[in-house]
Amino acid sequence: MQGFEYAQPKRKDEAVRLLADEWGPTEILAGGTDLLSFMKDDLASPKRLVDLKGVKELGGIQYTTKTGLRLGALVTLEELLDHAEVRQSYPALAQAAAGVYSPQIRSRGTVGGDLCQRPRCWYYRSGFGLLARDASGKPLVPDGDNRYHAILGNGGPAYFVNPSSLAPALIALGASLRIMGPQGSRDLLLENFFVVPKTDAEREYALKPNEIVAEVLVPPASGIRSAAYEVRQREALDWPLAAAAVALKLDGKKVQGARVVLGHVAPIPWRSPEAERALIGKTVSEAVADAAGLSAVSRAQRLSRNGYKIQLARVAVKRAVLQAAGGA
Amino acid sequence: MAEYYWPDAGNRRLIGQRISRVDGPLKVSGSAKYSADISRPGMLYGKVLRSPYAHAKIVSIDTGAAEKMPGVKAIHIIQGPGKVVQWSGAEILAVAAVDESTAEDALRKIKVKFEPLPFLVDEANLSRAGNRAKPAADQVVGDPDKAFQEKDVVILEGSYGLPVIAHCCLEPHGQVVEWEGDQSLKVYPSTQSVSGVGGEYAAALGIPAGNVLVSMQHIGGGFGSKFDAGPWGLESARLAKKAGRPVKYFLERAAEMTVAGNRPSTFAKIKLAAKPDGTLLGWESDSWGTGGIGGSGIPPIPYIFNIPNQRKRHTAVATNNGAQRAWRAPNHPQACFLTMSALDDMAAKLRMDPLEFFLKNIDLTGVRKELYRKELLKAAELMDWKREWHARDLKSTGPLKRGLGLSIHTWGGRAHNSKCALSIHPDGSVEVNSGSQDLGTGTRTVMAIVAAETFGLPVEAIKVNIGDSRFPPSGPSGGSTTVGGVTSATRRAAQDALAQLMAKVAPDLGVGPERLEAVAGRIAVKGDSTKGLSWKQACSKLGVKALTMNGENPGGGPLNNSGVGGVQMADVTVDSETGVVKINKLVAVQDCGLIIDLKTAESQVYGALIMGIGYALFEERIMDNLTGRMLNANLEFYKLAGLGDIGQLVVHMWMGDKEQDDRGVIGLGEPPVISPGAAISNAVANAIGVRVPNLPLTPDRVLSAMEKGGMAYARI
Repeated sequence: MQGFEYAQPKRKDEAVRLLADEWGPTEILAGGTDLLSFMKDDLASPKRLVDLKGVKELGGIQYTTKTGLRLGALVTLEELLDHAEVRQSYPALAQAAAGVYSPQIRSRGTVGGDLCQRPRCWYYRSGFGLLARDASGKPLVPDGDNRYHAILGNGGPAYFVNPSSLAPALIALGASLRIMGPQGSRDLLLENFFVVPKTDAEREYALKPNEIVAEVLVPPASGIRSAAYEVRQREALDWPLAAAAVALKLDGKKVQGARVVLGHVAPIPWRSPEAERALIGKTVSEAVADAAGLSAVSRAQRLSRNGYKIQLARVAVKRAVLQAAGGA
Repeated sequence: MAEYYWPDAGNRRLIGQRISRVDGPLKVSGSAKYSADISRPGMLYGKVLRSPYAHAKIVSIDTGAAEKMPGVKAIHIIQGPGKVVQWSGAEILAVAAVDESTAEDALRKIKVKFEPLPFLVDEANLSRAGNRAKPAADQVVGDPDKAFQEKDVVILEGSYGLPVIAHCCLEPHGQVVEWEGDQSLKVYPSTQSVSGVGGEYAAALGIPAGNVLVSMQHIGGGFGSKFDAGPWGLESARLAKKAGRPVKYFLERAAEMTVAGNRPSTFAKIKLAAKPDGTLLGWESDSWGTGGIGGSGIPPIPYIFNIPNQRKRHTAVATNNGAQRAWRAPNHPQACFLTMSALDDMAAKLRMDPLEFFLKNIDLTGVRKELYRKELLKAAELMDWKREWHARDLKSTGPLKRGLGLSIHTWGGRAHNSKCALSIHPDGSVEVNSGSQDLGTGTRTVMAIVAAETFGLPVEAIKVNIGDSRFPPSGPSGGSTTVGGVTSATRRAAQDALAQLMAKVAPDLGVGPERLEAVAGRIAVKGDSTKGLSWKQACSKLGVKALTMNGENPGGGPLNNSGVGGVQMADVTVDSETGVVKINKLVAVQDCGLIIDLKTAESQVYGALIMGIGYALFEERIMDNLTGRMLNANLEFYKLAGLGDIGQLVVHMWMGDKEQDDRGVIGLGEPPVISPGAAISNAVANAIGVRVPNLPLTPDRVLSAMEKGGMAYARI
C-alpha cells in the first residue's frame, strides 16, 4: 500500500472540498471494508483518503410515517438492523442487511459504502481492470471463468455483477439519494444512480468524483409489503449467487403496484418491468410468483458457466414475491 | 529390560477421561505466542516477488530503483534471467525492508521481463491435457473381463471427481530467522517438524546442523503442509544474512493459497460389477489427477473393499501449478470419495439400502471387518438410519429434499520415533521435555496425562516443554503419528523413572520396590496405604540432583499400534430449486485403540468433520485457463464452512472394549477427515435421486446433475 494523505473533515462541505475532480487520486473512506483491502491489493493507490466518519451530519436514522425514512450515508448495516421502524415498515431493507452474515462487516460497513462498493469480479480484483480485459483488449469474462458473472445486461463491455446488498431493496422501495457536491446537493432516484461503465476509468455509479452520497431517502411505506430473498450457498459470510427484492402494493389480495429488483445478476441492480407486469392485477399465488420469476429472467443470457444463475434468479424472485405477499 | 505397558482399565484415573487441554487457556486468552507473533530487535520484513505467469521464461530483472529505496536492506534473486517458472506465484526474488509496506513498495519498483510460455492449469478435462498426461499405473487383479461378463451381472458406470483444494492454515507458512554470527541460526517457524526442519536450513546454508536452533511454541494449523523449511524459510535466512538483521516473513493469504501446498485432484471413470444380490465382483477405473508440475500420489482404489477382480489405470497430469503437499490423510479422501460414491450408486441401482449393501460385502474389508460391522450398526443407531433412510426414488413434495449417506475409512497411524527427557526434581516437580510440536492434537496435554497417570499425580503437577530443537528429538507431526509417539516415549521414561524413585525410597519403607505403588500423590506399599511417603517426601530422597530419564519410542512397540476403521453418516437437506445443500447432522463412529484424552480425541473428530464439510460443499482451487492464475486465492471465493454451515455433529469414540485397549495408542488426526466428502455426497444423491459427480457440491453442480438426471426441478 502506498503512502497517502489522510483527511478527516468534520462537515459535509469540507469533505467535498477535499475531493478531486477526477477518480483515482482521492478516495472516500467510510467503513473501509472494501477500500482498505482494495488498497492493500494495489488496485487503488490514492494520494488522499477523505475519511467521512467524523462528519456527524452524515449519520443518523430518521423516520416518520409522513416523510418516510432518512438514512445518513454513514449509518451502519447493524444500525439499520437494530432500528425497529426499519424492520417493521421496510422488511426488504432489514432482510437485505441481515444477509450480510458477518457481524464485523455489519458493524463497520455503511449504507453509503454498500451502494458505492466496487464489483467483486475476480479478474478485476486480480488487476485486469474494471472491464477485465487481457493485454490485447479482449474481454476475459466471456471465455473465462464466469460462474459468478452477469446473466442480465451482460452484452458487454461490463460482465461483473453489482455487489450491493441494499440496492435492490432500496430501489424496490423507491429510494432516492441526496448527493452533495461543490454546488450543493442534488437528489437522484437510486434506480438511476447505477450505470454501466464503458471504460476502466469510469465508475459504476453516477457520482462525480467530487461528490459524496450524503443521505438515502425512502418514501413512506404504508400499504407496501416488501421482502428480499438471497440465494447464498453458505450461512457464513458469502456473496449471494442471486438476489431479489420485491415491493408490492396490494388492493385486498390483488397486486395493484409492484416493483421487482434483482441483485447480483447484472452490472447494475436490475429492475424487472417484466416481472412487475406479471404481478400487477394478479392475486399472488405460487404459480403467479413463479411466473414473475420466469418473466424476470426472460431476457437473461447465460455465459459459458453461469447458466445456473438464471434458475437461481427466478427462484429468488418467486420467493421474494411470496414472502412479500405473505408478510405483514 | 523393563516391560512397558499401559495400566489396565481398572487402574486408570486419567487416561481415557475428558481432560481439557493444558494450553487451552493460553490459546483462548490470546496469550499463546505463535511464531507469527515473534518480534526480534532490529527485525526486517521479507516479501517475495512472484511470477504472474503460469509458465514463463525470465528474461531480465532490474532491481535498480528498489535498491535505492530508503528502508530496503537486502534483495536476493531466487530465480534469475534464463530460468523458467512453472506456476503463477513462483518465487523470483526476495526483499527485506524495515517494514512490510516498504518491502511491498520495493517489489513494485522491480522490473521483471518475462517471456510467457504455453501452460496448462486445469486438468479436469483430460482430453485437453495432451502430452502433459502420462500413464502412471496400470494394474490388473483377478479376471475383471470375466467378472463383468458373469451371468445376470449388474454393471454400474459412473464418473466422479474432487478438485485440488488448499490447506487453509489459519497461520500461514513463514518464520522469523535470526543469525548469531555467520555460522549459527535461530529459526522461529510455523512447522510440523521442530526436530527435523533445522537440518534442512543447515544443509541449504552450509552451516553445521547443530548450529540451527528451532523454536516454536504454538502452530496455527499445518494439516500436512508444513514439514519443510520452504523457499520462504531458506530465502529469509539468506536475506537475513545479507542484511545482517533478523527477518520475518509470513506468507500473504494469496501466496499461502497458491504456493504453500495443496491436495491433489482425482477424477475417475469407474465401472462396478455385482451379483443381483449385491455381492461385489469387479472394479474398473480410469483415474487421473494433478499435484502440480511434479505429480502426485495415486489414490488406493478401490478403497477398503478388496473387490476380487480389478483393472485400474491412473494418469498423472502435470499442470503449471504450485506443488502438492500432504493434505490430512494423503490420497485417502480421494480414494474414499471415488469408491464410496460408486458403491452407493451401485446400491441404488440394485435398489438396496447402502447400509445393507456395505454389510453384504463386509468380508471384502479384510481384517477389521467385524469392527466395521459393529461401527456401521452403531452409526446407524445414532443416525436412526433404519427409520430415516429412504430409497432414492421416493417422491417427496416441496423443494426441500432430505437424504442420508454413509461411508467408511481407514488409516495407519503408527507412532513415530519420539524421544523425551523426563525429570523428577527433588522438590517433587516433574517436567517432560520433547522436541515435538502440538498441531492441535493436544501433544502437551497427552504427555502430561501419561506422566501424571504413571506417578499418581494430578495433570497440573506435570510441566511439559515442547517446541525446541534442543530437546530430545521427536518425529515430525504427520500421518497421525504424534500422540502415539509422545505418549509412548513419556510412558517409557515415566515407568523407568518411577522404578528408580521406588528403588530409592523402598529401604525407608522397609519393603522391596516391587511392593510399592504410586497412587493419589503418594508412594505407598501396595495394600497398606498407611505405609508410604507423600510424593514430595519421596522425591526429597533424590538428594540434590534431579532424576532424569530418557524415553524413546522406537516407532512401534508394545504401547502403540496402527490401523483403524471408522464409519460416518450424513443427513442433508437439498433445496432442489437452488441446489443449496445444508448439513442437518453428521455421525462419526471412530476407533483409535487406547484413547489417552477423550476430549482432545473428540475434538480431532469434530474438527475433521468441519474440515470435511468444507471440502464436500465449498472448497476448490479455481484456476483460470486464460490467465493461468488462481482466481480465488483468498478466503472470499475460496469458501470454508462457517458455524452456521456445519449442522449437528455427533461423535462416538469406539472405546472401552479390551480389544481397543490392548492395541495401545493409534493416531487419530487423519482418519475422521477421510469420509465426510463421500458420506455427504451420498446423502445428496439420496436426497435428489441423482449423483452429483464432482465435489464440491455447489449449487451449479447440484442443479446441473438434476437437469442431466432428468430430475424434476422447476423447469425454465
